[in-house]
Amino acid sequence: MRREPILAVEDLHVEFWTGRGTVRAVNGISFEIAPGETLGIVGESGCGKSVTSLALLGILPRAGRVTRGTATFGGRDLLKLNDEQLRAVRGREIGMIFQDPMTSLNPVLSIGKQIREPLEAHFGMDREQADKRAVELLDQVGIPSAKQRLKDYPHQFSGGMRQRAMIAMALTCEPKLLIADEPTTALDVTIQAQILEVLKELVAERDTALILITHDLGVVAGMCERVNVMYAGMFMETGTASRLFAQPRHPYTLGLLQSVPRLDAGRRQELQPIPGAPRNMLSAPTECPFAPRCRFEVEQSRQQVPPLEPVEPDHDVRCFNPVPADEWQRTRLGGAA
Amino acid sequence: MSANGAGPLVQVDDLKVWFPIRSGVVMDRHVGDVKAVDGVSLTIERGETLGLVGESGCGKSTVGRALLRLYEPTAGRILFDGTDITHLGEGEMRPLRKRMQMIFQDPYASLNPRHSVGRMVGEPLRVHGRGGKGLGQKVRELLQTVGLPADAATRYPHEFSGGQRQRIGLARALALNPDFLVCDEPVSALDVSIQAQIVNLMEKLQRDFELTYLFIAHDLAVVRHISDRIAVMYLGQIMELSPADDLYDNPLHPYTISLLSAIPIPDPAIERSRTSILLQGDLPSPANPPQACRFHTRCPFVQEKLCRDEEPALRPLEGHLVKCHYAEQIKAGEIQPRRREVVFEAGMPPPAYEPPPV
Repeated sequence: MRREPILAVEDLHVEFWTGRGTVRAVNGISFEIAPGETLGIVGESGCGKSVTSLALLGILPRAGRVTRGTATFGGRDLLKLNDEQLRAVRGREIGMIFQDPMTSLNPVLSIGKQIREPLEAHFGMDREQADKRAVELLDQVGIPSAKQRLKDYPHQFSGGMRQRAMIAMALTCEPKLLIADEPTTALDVTIQAQILEVLKELVAERDTALILITHDLGVVAGMCERVNVMYAGMFMETGTASRLFAQPRHPYTLGLLQSVPRLDAGRRQELQPIPGAPRNMLSAPTECPFAPRCRFEVEQSRQQVPPLEPVEPDHDVRCFNPVPADEWQRTRLGGAA
Repeated sequence: MSANGAGPLVQVDDLKVWFPIRSGVVMDRHVGDVKAVDGVSLTIERGETLGLVGESGCGKSTVGRALLRLYEPTAGRILFDGTDITHLGEGEMRPLRKRMQMIFQDPYASLNPRHSVGRMVGEPLRVHGRGGKGLGQKVRELLQTVGLPADAATRYPHEFSGGQRQRIGLARALALNPDFLVCDEPVSALDVSIQAQIVNLMEKLQRDFELTYLFIAHDLAVVRHISDRIAVMYLGQIMELSPADDLYDNPLHPYTISLLSAIPIPDPAIERSRTSILLQGDLPSPANPPQACRFHTRCPFVQEKLCRDEEPALRPLEGHLVKCHYAEQIKAGEIQPRRREVVFEAGMPPPAYEPPPV
């Protein structure tokens, strides 16, 4: 039984004005997330996955604008709030973890100061209380001798510890929703495993909803219950992780899975790259955005954008000619033999 | 394809590359060394791909650069095609440089934004006195070999995507028809769909031009895919060297075991069923590496005896080379992994900046 969603995004569109024209970064995406759930958004560079998170928090760069859609969070539409109302939500109710902990931490403020700041701003804590809470938080994300570490500056932390500090900051106000944008991309695999473990514990213990935005299919497979595969600002396939990775039905999802070398597959199995390059986003799509790179393209794909339709319960695909259900298992086993 | 044609193409004996740490403005004292590479021995056979993996700061890129004499080795010996190149002067190196080339990680930083593609791809030819007539033709052929349109020669790097830029880098490296390519994280900055294109291209080029690769990367899945043998590095030393096919099924060194278990596999069924061994803490500083076994501070299998007192030798075991005292017992399941106390060490080098996929 699925629980009442904490955030419901409906038909979100985001555009950017650039010197070369209007870039349609996000073209109508909808999703819901319930407390204690981990939702994955996967896609390659420029597919609009990060822009989505920026739009939800109202921190798009000045050239960007939400042109359509709603994002219902706790009975309000996030996209209609003014700056002041948004400030009360950001950090307080929605936490954010960015990719690069070096550029998203302030290099001239101590870690302690940066963690205290939201506590003082949102809860009116005094210095002493805030310090105490900061130590608890750093402890929780696994930073040893947290009390001494409060005085340290970001450059004194290693990459993994900076990311832990970022998570601690995102947790200061015990947000109900956490958006993690490529939280482990800048880290080594062994450190990545540590950070993912911290995030997993968090979701389990605090019933936090987590939106995990990443390009790494492996990370998504291990972390998320539900997955949205994004391409050219649209969801191409959405479903539970177990169904989607076992039976990908959209050619793009299949293409992604076939182009990643896997540790558990036959070694010299040839990779099948997706030909061509991603679509230029300067016009609104009038055909399936993936059609020019697609092996399964049909005539209809060139005439209109396919709708996102269910192929089985809880598994939707935006394609006129979905991949056969057994295609992935077949090619995978055939190649490994 | 080579002068001698016998023996391994590259042989490295006990290579050390230390970078001095200096302190003081007036005195400029030498206060220590960052031991980026500290006793690496390996051979690269003709036509094979040797994969070099490890976390950032383990010295894998330094090994690659030292092989090309881009860094001066502190100690040890490097043989290229039977010639000892460790102390060769620039003039003597020059004819050999034609035969060894490099591909870099960042396709944005490794191409000059003000040079046309044709100029960059043709530059190695001009430098080695093969310019003049027919240069344009040769450049067009090279571009075609790596799958770029012939008119790319007149265009500039900013007009190309990341994958295409990496192709330009490949064309430039191939211009002098080299024997040996050091590929330093050639696909890490690329999206997965493009990454596969470049990996396939590199495999094709290796077949067509009989190339020998040293493939350096942190992504074990990619390395395993392309390599014949894999060397796993940790803090400037090789921990395990194994045939690529065998590494995933039969890892022998605790570090390899932990590294493999940390790599996520894009299959929820497998992800849920496998047990992961979580390494605690960060990489110790290479300026002050742990005594005895380098890995003992983080090793989940560490034992009271030997590990902290004596440096293990890189010894043969089951067709691998392993640098661990207890590899047999770990393999047999007599020693079980346990969770270690977290030890963080401040002052380690910042991790290499990995691809910003946005």
